[in-house]
Amino acid sequence: MTVHPILAALRRHKAGVVLIVLQIALTLAIVCNAVFIIGQRIERLNRPTGIDESNLVRAAQAWVGAPSGDDAASVEKLDELQRADLATLRGLPGVQEVAASESLPIQGMIWSGDVSLTPDQKGIDVQAAYYYGDEHLRSTLGVHLIAGRDFNAGEILHRTIRGTEASPVIIVSKPVADKLFPKGDALGKTVYQDGKAQPSTIVGIVEQLQTPTTDSWGNPFAYNSILEPVRLDGVMASYAVRTLPGREQDVMHEARKALFAANPKRIMPDSWGVQSFSDIRTKAYRADRGMAILMGVVCLILLGVTAAGIVGLTSFWVGQRHRQIGVRRALGARRIDILHYFQIENLLIAGVGVVLGVLLAVGLNLWLMTHYEMERLPVLYVLTGVLAMLAIGQGAVFVPARRASNVPPVVATRAA
Amino acid sequence: MFGYYLDMALHSLRRNRMLTALMVLAIALGIGASMTTLTVLHVLSGDPLPGTSQTLFYPQLEPRDMDGYQPTDEPPDQLTWIDGMNLLHARRADRQALMTGGTVPVQPVQSSVDPFYSDARYTTADFFPMFKAPMLYGRAWSASDDDSKARVAVISSKLNDKLFSGKDSTGQMLQLGDDAVRIVGVLDRWRPNPHFYDINISGSYGPTEDVFLPLSTARDLKLTNNGMMNCWGGHNDHLEIAPCTWLQFWVQLDSPAKVAAYREYLTHYSQEQKALGRFQRPVNIRLLDLMGWLDYQKVVPSDVRLQTWLAFGFLLVCLVNTVGLMLAKFMRRAGELGVRRALGASKRALFAQLLVESGVIGLSGGICGLLLAFVGLWLVRQRPSSYAGLAQLDMSMLLTTFLLAIGASLIAGLLPAWRACQITPALQLKSN
Repeated sequence: MTVHPILAALRRHKAGVVLIVLQIALTLAIVCNAVFIIGQRIERLNRPTGIDESNLVRAAQAWVGAPSGDDAASVEKLDELQRADLATLRGLPGVQEVAASESLPIQGMIWSGDVSLTPDQKGIDVQAAYYYGDEHLRSTLGVHLIAGRDFNAGEILHRTIRGTEASPVIIVSKPVADKLFPKGDALGKTVYQDGKAQPSTIVGIVEQLQTPTTDSWGNPFAYNSILEPVRLDGVMASYAVRTLPGREQDVMHEARKALFAANPKRIMPDSWGVQSFSDIRTKAYRADRGMAILMGVVCLILLGVTAAGIVGLTSFWVGQRHRQIGVRRALGARRIDILHYFQIENLLIAGVGVVLGVLLAVGLNLWLMTHYEMERLPVLYVLTGVLAMLAIGQGAVFVPARRASNVPPVVATRAA
Repeated sequence: MFGYYLDMALHSLRRNRMLTALMVLAIALGIGASMTTLTVLHVLSGDPLPGTSQTLFYPQLEPRDMDGYQPTDEPPDQLTWIDGMNLLHARRADRQALMTGGTVPVQPVQSSVDPFYSDARYTTADFFPMFKAPMLYGRAWSASDDDSKARVAVISSKLNDKLFSGKDSTGQMLQLGDDAVRIVGVLDRWRPNPHFYDINISGSYGPTEDVFLPLSTARDLKLTNNGMMNCWGGHNDHLEIAPCTWLQFWVQLDSPAKVAAYREYLTHYSQEQKALGRFQRPVNIRLLDLMGWLDYQKVVPSDVRLQTWLAFGFLLVCLVNTVGLMLAKFMRRAGELGVRRALGASKRALFAQLLVESGVIGLSGGICGLLLAFVGLWLVRQRPSSYAGLAQLDMSMLLTTFLLAIGASLIAGLLPAWRACQITPALQLKSN
């Protein structure tokens, strides 16, 4: 079959053809970029945190009537309360390990600072999130230690967040170690935190530990984390609880009861009191999931509308050319020829549409890159989009084309 | 004549029910999606204090040391205690308020209510008159209360309902942990959106705080601070002297001359601090007005903007789709139109008739789209984001929807109707 008669026929439907080409192009451009955004969001919410997320619970609370000052007496009183809570939690059935833990990955509450090789912060300077906690923190979170050792009980300090005392020992995540000591000999070296005069010795290196923030400002240092051997004393205190497999729900329930039984003068609202890590994960990525779902729905509807548009337009053309088809059939064209005619016609239109669409998709992507946090659209997405668009075109044209092929030759003899 | 055209249009639309439904649905989905996202965008980028916002300004200074200095650095978003206090006490603006967020433990007098934490704002006296915060009972505290670290508080009507069943509670004591403060005022319902005076609190669109205390009192009682804090050059135990920015400062400047004068003052102040050796970087000040500040802080989530663009792209495809289908439909009726032309109908009459037909599609699409927008906004409200509750269709958005619907239907109808009118009657009659 030659393309020439198809083109000749299309020339008589210029406006219609232009519109359907435009529709296919726009749909392709939007769908390509939307699917790419979905992909990015999914990639984002599948990022590993570096901790063992199952059977992990965070218990957070605030004492009522506890001292809030920075004086030594207040700090001691707060630490006493905190140690009592830790003991209460350790005594619960189903609990494997408990650690004082100011924050967790993606949980949102973040303290961050700069680590450098000299006290005056000249030279290499690495931004990192601080995880304050005790000697149980690393093992409770299930973070993989690749070099060195854990803190021991004697190294744990306790102070308020405003305390100026530097930690004599720290455990850093591998990205921090690699940035400070590119030769890979970070273990045992000393570094300085936030311009403090006293050095901190790196006693351990953990493989991977995401920071507590998922906000975009934290992206440049998303895996730069440092464990600080500090039980933070404050009106609010939180604990990480590793439960025995399958006991998460029981422990969550029991922890709340036990803490209130031990000391009722505290506040533990449902919204942030006792949460499993999966709750924290769900909350952290709620917006991303919502956006991905919305984009997905819009894409599906768009493709549906475009497919329906093709069906509608082709149906009209079939109806309009009813008699011509009859004539062609009477002159010897087979059914398959008629079917192919419409299929090729669609392929031509969709082909022009996708070429235009690829240009539009790239243009839209460039525009999004300048205005939003977007990366370059990978070729794979565009190619998949092109193939999908052509396939949808063929799928949509099939029904009307088959109806056209069913037009009997006798139509040619009838008056319209 | 219009009635007759309408009759014809309905007759023609009924002949192709599926197609009519498809066209109406496409327009409805496009309009529904665009209106939902546009309404959310409109609500989120709205003016929190209409009529007042243009006289409110947010001064920024550059107090940091030379560490990591880049000439393109913007000054920090907040002030240090020292600078905040200096600017506050200088009283160079018509009104000024220094503030930070916090959390206070509230212990109700009734033993039946468990103690709880409330979000609080520690600020200075001008906060209430400057931001036009309406008082239900009592009054705000005075500047002398600020100076004397008076144990006074203003509470929200929500907290007043909870603790005092909505009765006038002025003069009553509010127990915060071990300390008690006297309630001097109760705010009426007040929720500026966004939460402009401190956008780092609860996702920029959070509710107004329940407890307002003089900043000096809050510091004296060692109450917990909340919000963003940035420090440099070594930590310090005492926030009052620490090189940390953690306070928001707002000023009211009633005329452009005063704005210019205040800008001058900020420059002068920075130079002075530099001469004293406190500031090290080159003088770098900002004095953005309220809306400019919100814009600079990119308060509207970029996802919401992206969704709006997506929805309008969607509407465009739906419109193109409808134009295409309508065109095909009209062209198919070329024969019928030819007959009407031959029988004496003018081009204008044909055009009007076809436009009525497309108008019917557009209008029904618009009405369905409006319903879909209501559904869409209901869905947005079910989402857990901090601005969810704000997603309501107001009068201006309702009007926009109608204009959008009519505009969309006209665009969708004009081209097909015009093309169909270009028919030569003789040719059409002959070909049949």
